[in-house]
This record gives sequence, C-alpha cells and structure tokens, in this order.
Amino acid sequence: MVSAVFHTPSAPGSPVVAALQGEAPVAINAAQVIARLETPSGFDWNSLLMAVLPPVLGLLLLTLIWSMVSMATAGSIPTPIDTAKQAIDIFSDPFYRKGPNDQGVGWNVLASLQRVGLGFGLAALVGIPAGFVIGRFEFMSRMFNPLISLMRPVSPLAWLPIGLLVFKGAHPAAIWTIFICSIWPMIINTAVGVQRVPQDYMNVARVLNLSEWKIVTKILFPSVLPYMLTGVRLAVGTAWLVIVAAEMLTGGVGIGFWVWDEWNNLNVKNIIIAIFVIGIVGLLLEHALIKIASAFTYEEVKS
Amino acid sequence: MSTETLNAKFIEMEGVAQTFKTKKGAFPALRDIHLTVAKGEFVTLIGHSGCGKSTLLNLIAGLTMPSEGHLLCANREIAGPGPERAVVFQNHSLLPWLTCFENVFLGVERVFGAASKSTGAASENKAQLMTRTDAALALVGLTAAAHKRPGEISGGMKQRVGIARALAMEPKVLLMDEPFGALDALTRAKLQDELLDIVARTQSTVVMVTHDVDEAVLLSDKIVMLTNGPAATVGEVLQVDLPRPRSRVALADSPAYLGYRKAVIDFLYTRQAHVEKVA
Repeated sequence: MVSAVFHTPSAPGSPVVAALQGEAPVAINAAQVIARLETPSGFDWNSLLMAVLPPVLGLLLLTLIWSMVSMATAGSIPTPIDTAKQAIDIFSDPFYRKGPNDQGVGWNVLASLQRVGLGFGLAALVGIPAGFVIGRFEFMSRMFNPLISLMRPVSPLAWLPIGLLVFKGAHPAAIWTIFICSIWPMIINTAVGVQRVPQDYMNVARVLNLSEWKIVTKILFPSVLPYMLTGVRLAVGTAWLVIVAAEMLTGGVGIGFWVWDEWNNLNVKNIIIAIFVIGIVGLLLEHALIKIASAFTYEEVKS
Repeated sequence: MSTETLNAKFIEMEGVAQTFKTKKGAFPALRDIHLTVAKGEFVTLIGHSGCGKSTLLNLIAGLTMPSEGHLLCANREIAGPGPERAVVFQNHSLLPWLTCFENVFLGVERVFGAASKSTGAASENKAQLMTRTDAALALVGLTAAAHKRPGEISGGMKQRVGIARALAMEPKVLLMDEPFGALDALTRAKLQDELLDIVARTQSTVVMVTHDVDEAVLLSDKIVMLTNGPAATVGEVLQVDLPRPRSRVALADSPAYLGYRKAVIDFLYTRQAHVEKVA
C-alpha cells in the first residue's frame, strides 16, 4: 500500500517531509552528519580529531558564507558576531512577558511545542489504532488507501482555512493543521508494520493456539512497535516543520509567529536566532525519538 | 479401531495432494501421498529442495489445508494447527522481545494454564507452569540461559529453545522443519545427539524434514524419500533397523549404516538426480 518504510535514522523523508524540508535543511543534514560520526572508537587522537574537526569546519564554513552574505548585502543581513551578541541578550531573559505580542523566546518555543504536542497527541490517538485496523484487515486497507493517497500529498496548510472555519479560532486551527500533517506517517507506518509481522511469528501463534489477546500483546504490538515509532518520529518532525508556517498565518504566541513579528519589525537578527532555535529544537526532538525507537527494536527487526 | 491399529497408524495420510494457486496458474506441489506414522516412530522426509517436504510438514501441522485427500492424527481429521502437533521451525522463530523462559512459557501457559479449557485437563497454577518451563529448558541444557533474549545466544542455543518450546507442550507429535539446517556441522551433530537422547527419554513421535542423508539415517526409524517436484510424491520408504541407542562414532563404519546411507544416496542422486530447471 505504501511506497516505503522509513526505518533507518538516515532514511529519506516522506514526500510530505521532503516537500517541506526546504525550511530546515541545516538541522536535518547536521543530524545525519553527527549520526555518522558517532561510530564507537578507542581513545586514539585520530578518531577524536575525526569526530571534532569536520563538524567544527562545517560550522566555520557556515559562518564564513553568512559573513560574506552579510557583507554583500551591506549589513541588511546582520553579521554572525552581531547576531551572537543579540542571542546572548535574548537568552539571558527567555521568559519575560510584556503583553500578548511581546514575550520571551522561551514562551514562544513552549507555545509552539504545546500546539505540536496537542495536535500530534490527537493524531497518535486516532492514527495508531487506525493503522492497526488498516494493516490487519485487507478490506479496510482497500477502503482507506485511496483516501490516504489523496490526502497525504496535500500541504497541511491547505487545511488551515477549513480548521479556522470549523473551530472558529486560530489556536485550534493550528492544532488541527498539526493533527492533519502528523496523522499520515503514523497511519501508514503502523499499517505497514502490521502487514510486515513475520509470517513465522503468526505461525507460532497458530501452533501455540494463542488467544487473540496474547497475539496482540505478545506478537503484534512488539513487532509493530519499531515501525510505529518510526511513524511517530516522522510525524513529530513534520509537525515541527509545519507549526512554524501555521503560526505565521494564525498569529498569537509561538516561534513561527515570532519570526513573522520580527520580520514586521525588520529585526533580522532575531529571525536568524529563531532559525537556529527551530533547528536545535527539531534536532533534539528527532534524537530523543531515535533513542526511544532503538530501545524498542530487537535483533530480528533491526536487520 | 483397536489401540494397536491406532498406534500403528497414529498419523495417516490418504491420497493427499496440494496445489497452490499462483499468478501463473495452478502449481501442483504434492500428489497422491499415502503415508502412515506409528506412535513413537521417528520419521524423516528427505528429498531435493523444492520437492515439497516442508509443504507436507505444514499439512501435518495443519498450517495449510490439503487440496485433496485426508490427514488424520490419532484418528481425527487434522483441521488446523494446535499444540498437540508442535512445530520446531527452521529458523527457530523465537519472539525476540521475550526471554528464552518467556518464549517457552507462552506455550506452556496455553496448554496447561487456566486458558486451556479446551483440553479438559485441570489447569495448573503459575508455580507448576514455571516448573514445567524450567524442566523443558533443563532438558535441552539451557537452564543458565533462561533469562537471556534470543539475540544474546548462539544459533544452536536458539534452536534448542525452539525444541524446548515444542517439547514443553507435551505434544503428541513433534514436527521439525530442517531444524538444524542453519547450523554448522559440529553444532548440528551435537544437537542431533541431544535430540536422539531426548526422543529416547520422552518416547516422542517425530516427523522431521531434512536434506541431510547422514542426519536421516542416524535419527530415523523410517526414511520417506520424495520424488522431485512439481507434483512430488513418495518415491520410496526405507525402514532403518539400526539398534538404539545409536552412536554416530560406532555407526560410522557399520556396514548396515553404510547400506542405508547408500540406499538413500542412490535414490537422491541416481534415480532422482536433480535437474536444474532452465527458467
């Protein structure tokens, strides 16, 4: 039913993710580079150098290009040093409140994370059971596959007006957008996981004559879990990409709104800081979920 | 039917045929299989790859249903898989997220625990079930590894857990699908010896698929040789009347052993010489 299973950390993203990756390519590439460099090694200097030097050079290259762009645009893009000074200033007081449209970066990030958490949580509540049903029953899979194929390529932002109309509010509409964008990877990956439960395990269940309950708890759930967690990881990644765009449109408090607000104030330093903050938070989310996924992946499924 | 006839025909196959539906049309895998297995008998199915040995074993297990014919076990039609016909799978098929103990316990609990209303036997309490599980693991010499996960033990040990899981259910028949096929020669020999020993102690009825001539002769009371597929059938049945207990070292130069070995090799490589199909 589906094009691919996104199982390895470095696997390419879904079409949805790929379409949106343009917004935060730095974070994703950095995650892959770091993952590749984290191979276990002894304490020899050579490998330590290999672990430290390339990422540092990469950062230096970024700073260099940034400085050149800054010079070329005659300072309308601020220099790295100015931005760093501003960042120190901002992060020295991340949790201030001076009215609804002027709050610290900490509050903005937390507001965005809260929306992502809510939208994503609702999507998980619906998407994971739906994935189980679609994966287990061929009828359901034939029934819903055309719908999923139709809906999945749609940019989640296209759903925003529908959300605004139905929920009559910017905040629930943003959550609705997150819900829509994060439900597909979870449905699809869970369904694929259920369909790929090794036939051998099902034969074991039949020979042992296990009850439906034991089949679900001892065989289906553990073998689907890694696929499910991959879906969760993709969903959270996509949600984090989408929330920035959604908040630009809906306003309120949130990192996306912050970017837009600073653009209206022509405060480019803060926009660049926001880009870094978005990237770092996305990186942390991704890594936390990879850690969880590998803790629940067992020998047979790993290979 | 008297007990004696039942014992002689514990498993009975009459005119069994199996045809698979494929995209290229019907594929006849087995035809016209007539075979009986006596209680306590050790029968091996041997033949070239693709001849339908595993298909026949799956039919006895009840994992698949025959297209034609009947299969009886203890005088009852085999209608589906069940713990009275335990299977040791080729690739062990242990659940990787459970420890060895839990893998074995899963079957024990189903057969002897509270959930086993169907068997009619009084259900046992948890301590009894755990004793059974421990005993099964001890039988295959894995007490020390009981609380390890399959990923942490060797291939031979995994296969032994598979055997313990099957034996712990006290099956009427033990079905083994090339259980040692994936193991190195030394481990395989060790497990064969252990299996001989276990079967002697438990008096199990065993049907085993193999492609290894020595394994077949060493272990079997009866070797069933299948012709080449498609539409394979029983080519020849060889009774192996070597005294038990058998020792592979003593048998290595025994004329009787070599005679049986020669008979199987003749069948496989002269009469049923495998012709590679040109696709």
